[in-house]
Amino acid sequence: MRDVAVIGFAQVISARERERNEVELIIPAVRGALADAGIARSEVDFTISGSCDYLSGGPFTFVSGLDAAGAWPPVKESHVEMDAAWALYEAWVAIQTGDVDSALIYGFGKSSLGDLHEIMTLQTDPYTVAPLWPSMVDLAALQASVFLAATGRSDAELAAVAARSRRAALANPYAVAAEDVAEDALLARPVTHAPLRDADIAPITDGAAAMIIAVRDVAERHCERPAYLRGIEHRVDPQGLGLRDLTTSTSATLAAHAAGVADGPVEVAELHAQFSHEELILREALGLGDDVEVNPSGGALGANPVMATGLIRIGEVATRIRSGAVRRGVAHAAQGPCLQQNLVCVLEADR
Amino acid sequence: MGSVRTAVVGVGQTRHVAARHDVSMAGLVREAAREALDDAGMDFGDVDAVVIGKAPDMFEGVVMPELYLADALGATGKPMLRVHTAGSVGGSTAIVAAKLVMAGIHERVLTVAFEKQSESNATWGLTVEMPFSAPLVAGAGGYFAPLIRAYIRRSGAPSHIGHLVAVKDRRNALRNPKAHLHLPDIDLKAVEESFLLWEPLRYLDTCPSSDGAMALVLGSEDVAATVPGPVAWIHGTAMRSEPTMFAGRDQVNPRAGRECAADVYAQAGVTDPRRDFDCAEVYVPFSWYEPMWLENLGFCAQGEGWKLTESGATALDGDIPWNPSGGVLSSNPIGASGMIRFGEAAQQVRGRAGDCQVPLHTGRALGHAYGGGSQFFSMWVVGAELPA
Amino acid sequence: MSEALVEHHVLEYPGGYTRSVGPALSRYLSGLRDGVIVGVRGADGRVLVPPTEYDPVTAADLDDYVEVGPAGTVVAWTWVAEPRPGKHHLDRSFAFALVRPDGADTAMVHVVDARRPDELAIGARVAPRWAAERHGYVTDLEAWVPLPEGQAASPAPPNAAADASDEAITGIVTPIRLEYDINAGIAASKYLRALGERRIVGQRAVDSDQVYVPPRGSDPTSGAPTEVEVEVGQKGTVTTYCVVNIPGLSENAPEIPYVCAQILLDGSNTPWFGLVHGVAPDDVRMGMRVGAVWVDDPGPNAGSIKWFEPTGAPDAPYEEYKDYA
Repeated sequence: MRDVAVIGFAQVISARERERNEVELIIPAVRGALADAGIARSEVDFTISGSCDYLSGGPFTFVSGLDAAGAWPPVKESHVEMDAAWALYEAWVAIQTGDVDSALIYGFGKSSLGDLHEIMTLQTDPYTVAPLWPSMVDLAALQASVFLAATGRSDAELAAVAARSRRAALANPYAVAAEDVAEDALLARPVTHAPLRDADIAPITDGAAAMIIAVRDVAERHCERPAYLRGIEHRVDPQGLGLRDLTTSTSATLAAHAAGVADGPVEVAELHAQFSHEELILREALGLGDDVEVNPSGGALGANPVMATGLIRIGEVATRIRSGAVRRGVAHAAQGPCLQQNLVCVLEADR
Repeated sequence: MGSVRTAVVGVGQTRHVAARHDVSMAGLVREAAREALDDAGMDFGDVDAVVIGKAPDMFEGVVMPELYLADALGATGKPMLRVHTAGSVGGSTAIVAAKLVMAGIHERVLTVAFEKQSESNATWGLTVEMPFSAPLVAGAGGYFAPLIRAYIRRSGAPSHIGHLVAVKDRRNALRNPKAHLHLPDIDLKAVEESFLLWEPLRYLDTCPSSDGAMALVLGSEDVAATVPGPVAWIHGTAMRSEPTMFAGRDQVNPRAGRECAADVYAQAGVTDPRRDFDCAEVYVPFSWYEPMWLENLGFCAQGEGWKLTESGATALDGDIPWNPSGGVLSSNPIGASGMIRFGEAAQQVRGRAGDCQVPLHTGRALGHAYGGGSQFFSMWVVGAELPA
Repeated sequence: MSEALVEHHVLEYPGGYTRSVGPALSRYLSGLRDGVIVGVRGADGRVLVPPTEYDPVTAADLDDYVEVGPAGTVVAWTWVAEPRPGKHHLDRSFAFALVRPDGADTAMVHVVDARRPDELAIGARVAPRWAAERHGYVTDLEAWVPLPEGQAASPAPPNAAADASDEAITGIVTPIRLEYDINAGIAASKYLRALGERRIVGQRAVDSDQVYVPPRGSDPTSGAPTEVEVEVGQKGTVTTYCVVNIPGLSENAPEIPYVCAQILLDGSNTPWFGLVHGVAPDDVRMGMRVGAVWVDDPGPNAGSIKWFEPTGAPDAPYEEYKDYA
């Protein structure tokens, strides 16, 4: 495999963006990532985005997204109807073929335009589940219910995750749900989707994120301390909630194993947990010890621009590696009801 | 091109019809996948990864339906990707799947593209009216017909050229049991007398709306050595995109298409596509797009595409048959249509195209797809022989 | 004041999606209509409900159908305090739950009609409450309800639907309505507000002289933001067009036949999609000079320009606009 590194990253986040449309969110994200990498648009070989038409209420959202990326002369370009973390995966594959040496990846979505939790109902079995309209929060609450009962954990542990995330988010300029709050204070708040409270649920967030990756020689030219993708793997579970062991995430474990999470020390992990219990499930599924710093950015509980959230996890870990704060970290992305599909990425600096 | 030589080792597709009332979405994609796996002598369990493609989710009213379809396609515990690049998606999906093998990441990849348009209505799905956007009141034909008029003005083509393509592709479809449209009485008069929809396009100049799925199994050189049937080697793949609208954009003969073709030809060592290919499966959803793409893809000089069509060169018995399967004009499950082109090209070089088979001289064929406002292109070249 | 325009948007396929269900769900939905719950035996012997056509792990074909239930056990639950009208079929608080019917090895997502959350617990026994009129839809099993200890589930009442039949269910119709508040964005809002003042305003690219109408906020060739506003002419040249003879694709579509054209407005470098009126479709030509006709009371929306009509000026020579067609 060719060595590929993250050399540029930028995000543009807004709680409920009233001014800019999707294209106007992507423009500064793409330009920010290019500037971060110190690379010209024309020097980037491959372009790919991740988005979801249903967030914007009409087909072909990604087509106008291309206006923000700049696509003339014509570009080698692709799009996945997936979180942009999977766009990163496709870009990594394209680089592995030897056809291209660098890539621009971006993801975007405005969850505030419609009812995100209701839209995601339409990810479920269209014959027997979607017609009952369980929201994505209802489905997550079912998983939380199974998880707590099976593990004997309490909702205090959920509140601990939520409180830590919200406090960590205070240091993240891109977070939209940040507060200096103690676990007890959260526990005093009402249960809205038993056993979940509002603070256990990722906030509605609009935004875009963009990333530049490149092979080693390009990366070393543009970046003092590139964050290399040592392993990037993804796996999927069957969707039927009754068909899965909801106390764990089988596909996350498979992806973590394949990506080599356990092959070295994990200093930091950014997990795409849209609900507090998902972080607990993922910590175990990925085999992360208690010494691992999880979601120093505040994670998805701090900001959740759907379709970019997974890519941002990778960007957050890469940024910490590039800054020299850590040497090796793990980033995770998920999509589908109750952590159905999971991507795990191990990032590392050479030294 | 990647370092691992890669082949199409299995091809399967559903029959394409206006409405497959007998199957679920899972049943539809499994029908194609099963046929492709059988062709490759494999079962779902033999596959390393699954790549799914389709056009907008609003056709079926399922958000990211690959999530619901994951276990139906045997992806449980495996990597699964979902591609969406508008009309070119079937081609792009096959290319993404091929790259997984070329890059040495996987040995056997199943890729499936589908559309079940009868769950809603394609015209509705393509033209959902959004606030603030000038509504596309005239549908897809209203978008493309003006470009066809511009082509006619530019090339001086006589008005019957499109009708010739409409007849030729439907006659080819009569040989293809999987094709949606079987119009035994099709002739020039029938096309000329069909309803004028978007002048200059008549009803029979346009593609149908279909339910259908296409599946391919892609394998490495090692895998290709073990499968029962002949394989189609991938000699080149390319994708290009350009923005929908900018100053001076040539929408009739888009540069992205020309450069995509130049790229894939260079990989395959093709210098004269008319001579170097035995046939081409090209995304022609409106009849006039045959002469337009003949020029865009370099099968002739600018302005000469209609002459090639008129001469019969692109007919099944011509020197460079285009769409021997009947093409998009005969079957159009939108998300699958590009992969059908790619798969039919593979079937030709495998000698598996049945009654649509063309004689093999060079043993090479082109698969092509495009989408959006003629702005997304994906192409591959397949051959009977190992690539150089 | 917010500069960007916001408009409500409903995404709904009229009449609902028409879904053919295939063999396994045909058995399941026909069973619900008949008051029984049908599962299927998986490759490993597990009984799966609802039944799938395929094994969820091996993807092997499945067709060994078995009846399960009627009572079941709650595996997981969450409370819905306020049902959403038009979505949820129950009109008072209820629970979403995973319920494993007796004899099945997997649980199904459905609702439990309990009065209060404290009636629910993992392991609680529940029984189906059947709809009186059943048509082969997932809500034929109207809800699971708490089953008092020692009681057995009662059989389904006869189907009271007027059109009740024994024929296998082959399809369902699922209504899907989603609502949005779409905002136009900064560049488009400026353009639309100008339309409300009978002006057409585009944006000029930073690193070229090209003017984009409507503006997108960026130069699509480079991705560079565009901020310089330029008012362009209300007259332009038809670069190409088609005559539309197909009615009813949109409620905004005019009576057929009508002309749909690409129009290059004077001072703009991007063709603009518009309708041409005030001339017989047969008399429209490439190169024809046309001018915007405004509605009586224009507002900040794309409908402010009714259509374009010929100005009577001589046609533009082909050379002048051929690069835009």
